[in-house]
Amino acid sequence: MYIIDRRLNPGGKSLANRQRFLRRAKALVREAVRESAGSRSVKDSEQGATVTIPGSGVREPTFHRAPGGRREHVLPGNKEYVEGQTIPRPPAGGGAGGSEGSPDGGGEDAFRFALTHEEFLDLFLEDLELPDLAKRRFTDGEARTWRRAGYSISGSPANLALVKTLRNSLSRRIALRRPKPGEVDRLEAERDAAEMLGDAERLEAALQELAQARRRSQRIPYIDPIDVRYRQFLPEPKPIAQAVMFCLMDVSGSMTEHMKDLAKRFYLLLYIFLKRRYRHVDIVFIRHTHEAKEVDEETFFRSPETGGTVVSTALEEMLKVVAARYSPRDWNIYAAQASDGDNTTSDNERTARLLAEQILPICQYYAYLEVGREDGMHPVGFIPRESDLWRTYGTLRKEGHPLAMRKVRHRREIYPVFRDLFRKGADATKEARATP
Amino acid sequence: MSADGGFGRLLYPGADWDFATIRRVYDAIEEIALGELGLDTYPNQIEVISAEQMLDAYASNGMPLLYRHWSFGKRFARNEGLYRRGFQGLAYEIVINSSPCISYIMEENTATMQALVIAHAAFGHNHFFKNNYLFRQWTDAEGILPYLDFAKGYVAQCEERHGHAAVERVLDAAHALMSHGVHRYPRRKRPDLRSEERRERERREHEERVFNDLWRTVPAKPGGPPAPSLDEARRRALLELPQENILYFLEKAAPRLKPWQREILRIVRHVAQYFYPQSQTKLMNEGCATWVHYQIMNRLHERGQISDGHFMEFLHSHTNVVFQPEFDDPRFSGINPYALGFAMMEDIARIATSPTEEDREWFPDFAGCGDALGVLRHAWANYRDESFVSQFLSPALIRRLRLFYLVDDSEEDHLEVAAIHDERGFRRVRRALSRQYDVGHQDPDIQVVDVDLAGDRRLILHHRAPDRRLLDAEDARLVLQHLADLWGYDVVLKEIDPKTEAVLKEHHASARPGMF
Repeated sequence: MYIIDRRLNPGGKSLANRQRFLRRAKALVREAVRESAGSRSVKDSEQGATVTIPGSGVREPTFHRAPGGRREHVLPGNKEYVEGQTIPRPPAGGGAGGSEGSPDGGGEDAFRFALTHEEFLDLFLEDLELPDLAKRRFTDGEARTWRRAGYSISGSPANLALVKTLRNSLSRRIALRRPKPGEVDRLEAERDAAEMLGDAERLEAALQELAQARRRSQRIPYIDPIDVRYRQFLPEPKPIAQAVMFCLMDVSGSMTEHMKDLAKRFYLLLYIFLKRRYRHVDIVFIRHTHEAKEVDEETFFRSPETGGTVVSTALEEMLKVVAARYSPRDWNIYAAQASDGDNTTSDNERTARLLAEQILPICQYYAYLEVGREDGMHPVGFIPRESDLWRTYGTLRKEGHPLAMRKVRHRREIYPVFRDLFRKGADATKEARATP
Repeated sequence: MSADGGFGRLLYPGADWDFATIRRVYDAIEEIALGELGLDTYPNQIEVISAEQMLDAYASNGMPLLYRHWSFGKRFARNEGLYRRGFQGLAYEIVINSSPCISYIMEENTATMQALVIAHAAFGHNHFFKNNYLFRQWTDAEGILPYLDFAKGYVAQCEERHGHAAVERVLDAAHALMSHGVHRYPRRKRPDLRSEERRERERREHEERVFNDLWRTVPAKPGGPPAPSLDEARRRALLELPQENILYFLEKAAPRLKPWQREILRIVRHVAQYFYPQSQTKLMNEGCATWVHYQIMNRLHERGQISDGHFMEFLHSHTNVVFQPEFDDPRFSGINPYALGFAMMEDIARIATSPTEEDREWFPDFAGCGDALGVLRHAWANYRDESFVSQFLSPALIRRLRLFYLVDDSEEDHLEVAAIHDERGFRRVRRALSRQYDVGHQDPDIQVVDVDLAGDRRLILHHRAPDRRLLDAEDARLVLQHLADLWGYDVVLKEIDPKTEAVLKEHHASARPGMF
């Protein structure tokens, strides 16, 4: 009898099967992931998710019998039945009397399982890319990093590649037949033995071999300069691995809870996405009424505020923060602005100028999200007009400034809009299409 | 035997265990199992595993290794979900019919549970595997693990050569037909999985040796030789028709499959065949193991090797295992094979040692013979569930379980109680229960009956549907589609009433181009 402890065996034995399963159910899982995205909050964006997919997509059919026909059951626990008695048929699937059916006839309903964080995000952000991610990568020559680049025959002793060197040395020694370390000792012993026995012929042979072995050992060095290798490194421009995300939001009285919720969801998506692309992501929350303030997340989304609406104050605040903490040389800057579109009319021009001249040049990406009322209803006969900001930004974009704009009314539109903005190969800033 | 370790004769002091405890417990149990019960087992190998590894084992039908397929990943995800949310506990053990016989035991088990599990799996199941005629006839305990290893490697190799998608399509189709990929009657020789592996290697080597690209360039003779026209009987004999092993038929006769695809069908077929005896002996196998662990644990307690407290713990889990809810209980989900199996073993032992008049009348050949173990060992070796129930289910037990026989005919408005536990009903209840365990009766009887290879190559299958029990139409359509893809031409499945030979229903499927 053997007892074997398998607990220490590497886990994840069924990982390959899981991957096959996910690949198989990919379309369904993707659908489920996107649906579940609508109902998640900022807090659990860091966790995996449980998704439910319809069982039909991963069905394993077999030949089995359908209910019906004449079936027989033998059941335990008879209480009062007697032979020949008839019993009303119990409702399908219900408690008593032969309702167990065939064990394989259960049919498959929805299939629920958990995805890890990685799997979730992979599917969630599939086919999305950050615009202009590459732009800064090579233009910024200041930051450098060293990359391994094979071996070289010269270098500093600190970079000596010991294993490689010894491997070369070993193969050279074998090729040139340098005696092994114990070889000389063995031949000496052989010589002594021959001497003891007084076998002249053997002694002669042993001496000759010994002399040859010694000669070889001396002539063929253990390590030769040609064996030596050094690890080589090449400099490489270092991509900026940190990003800062500015969330700008109008919190004036006209912004309803619903609108804030929409904005929050959009920021959440953007945050997850940036997190995926950059090693380090900072978030700056700036809210504004007729004056702007940098706040923390809780305040940003929760605490109410009233006042007028002057958008340019938020942009100024953002510039102030950038100047103080986030030098565009070291940071990738992303900004997303959410608003219901109201602005004090006199401020529009200033806003446009700030944006065009100062903000957009330092940003990787600037998105404007106009959130609307859920019902989206307007009084009868009232022709919806474009909001102040939409018009202002629209003009900017026509002039060729990289600026993405979308309108969102309902929660379910957030994700499509987000995908639309970051779709691979799409240039959202150039496309003058607005979701109604 | 006296246990050492500083706690008197007890094998272990508390719930904790270590490898020395397992060894001591095993030795004590082995002494009883082999010495007193006269069991005959394969050598044992006991493997301690964690919960995750148990889930792994669940996913691959309890086998320690198996080829890769998404359905195992699905099963793992489902079980893991149920387990993590607490809807489902895990089995205490899994035992594999191989030589050496591998028993997995969970690390979470207490020392008493480990003793129970060793008695149950490493001796009860092990004895059954080694001695029951079905396992002797159908499975090759020495060869299974090397064969699975080969199968896993082969499928992985095919994935490399032909791509994941192509292999997955073959496996999907083969899995759909897996339940109809077994030989139900013994054939010429015993399966020998080792030589299977060798033969496949030789086939491939031979193919590579004789490969000559020139043959491809030889122009075909226009028209070709006239096909010999065979009469129907001869044709069917050549194809071994009618054939109920559909996978076997496809492997041998499907015109368009490539050699590696045939080999995969063969692998799936062998795995299905390996599990075939298990489905026919569930009741007996569990009954045997449960009875054995019950005897062994009692003996250990009598000898003072486990304490009263631990014995209570054992009784607690034992009664949980053999609990049989009644039919109107919300917990009822069919007859519990542990409960019925254990009850029948106990009953047989009772009849052998202290029979009543009724028992003497019903079981004249062993009632009162005194050798309970001999009778049981004989039953374990020579019966399967169906024949075991029809031979050994006693009136006393039918009365105790208050079994009754219910007929559910969809053409009637009411269910009818056909027999109960009375003098007139015993035999009919017993016959009906025995039919419930007859896989030949439970699995739909589907056979390949005819195909004209020289003509349109349409494959004709018959499902003989007793009692108007038809196939589930949606699943049948999907499986038939897989079948048609493998076959490469049209397939028709006729559902036939065996009494009148009338065709009740027909299913058609055509091969999708480009699947194989």
